[in-house]
Amino acid sequence: MKFGIQINEGPYTHEASTTALNFVSAAVEAGHEVFRVFFYHDGVNNGTRYTTPPQDDRNIVEAWSELAEKHNIDLVVCVAAAQRRGIVDEGEQERNGKDGNNIAPGFRISGLGQLIEAGIQCDRLVVFGD
Amino acid sequence: MPMLHTVNKSPFERGVLESCIRLATKGSAVILIEDGVYGATKASTASAMVEEAMKDLDFYVLSSDLKARGVDESRLIDGITVVDYSGFVKLTVDNDKVQSWL
Amino acid sequence: MSDTKKFLFVNRKAPYGTIYAWESLEVILISAAFEQDVSLVFADDGVFQIAKGQDTTELGIKNFSPTYNALGDYDINKIYVEKESLEARGLTVDDLLKLTYEDEDDDWAEKDSIHVVSSAELAEIMDQQDVVLSF
Repeated sequence: MKFGIQINEGPYTHEASTTALNFVSAAVEAGHEVFRVFFYHDGVNNGTRYTTPPQDDRNIVEAWSELAEKHNIDLVVCVAAAQRRGIVDEGEQERNGKDGNNIAPGFRISGLGQLIEAGIQCDRLVVFGD
Repeated sequence: MPMLHTVNKSPFERGVLESCIRLATKGSAVILIEDGVYGATKASTASAMVEEAMKDLDFYVLSSDLKARGVDESRLIDGITVVDYSGFVKLTVDNDKVQSWL
Repeated sequence: MSDTKKFLFVNRKAPYGTIYAWESLEVILISAAFEQDVSLVFADDGVFQIAKGQDTTELGIKNFSPTYNALGDYDINKIYVEKESLEARGLTVDDLLKLTYEDEDDDWAEKDSIHVVSSAELAEIMDQQDVVLSF
């Protein structure tokens, strides 16, 4: 079965992203395809490679990057939400004249249409948030 | 068409579980996750509401969130099924769609 | 399988206190471009999103409530408001924005987009959807 995932919260304040990570891991383990994870609202904060948690805490951003690479999962950060919250890739850096970028490996910035498309293409869309 | 509802809030702080129960149709499934797992315990001010709802709805609770919070399975309302993440995934497959009560 | 799915956007949070209402409205507007069968639900504190008389001049956050008026032009005209949620908050439909659309199948007559429905009716409507998005 083909899954789409929406995440509305950042990596650490809420449990949402951790729940979603565990859910996605279990889904691919069971042989399902996770077509896309769409990060919206503060969920875009899952996509910055500058995240540096203390050593005794999990690195959620890296966990997403690794999971995406291993299972070919499309990690999409909403552009409008990302611009508000300072999540930047090279293209956005150039377009908005910023002095750097912070997007994590495996993530890409794109439009809200990617969420609707996931809803159309996937057999199930599961939302994690607060 | 059966629907899976997810509830992730404690019933003692917010009315999400109540809203879910009010708007879920008979035969639907509800999984309590994150802080929602506190709604699965017996002898609380929310227990009667859940027990009444269980006449029409199937209740599940996510084991990892129970364990993390030190909620022993012996404290759960009878008839609530404990599932792990693979069980959670299976519930999303067995139902036609998922509504997350955020 | 047809390419058209029934999309339901569930709005249960008040505006301004958090950004969810505003950013969900952005998704709803984008969804119109995909020619899906879109419905909106306003329940619980979500009913406050479409309350009349919002004025954010002093607050300094954009008042996005006028944008709901545009939904009809985007063919988003199935807007369900839960009666019990309104009543619990001391509101009636008269306290809400008047959201309308022009019905192309009825000589472009102006019609109400908002339908006040009971919990039981709303439960059935929600049950008939293919994709449920919540924020």
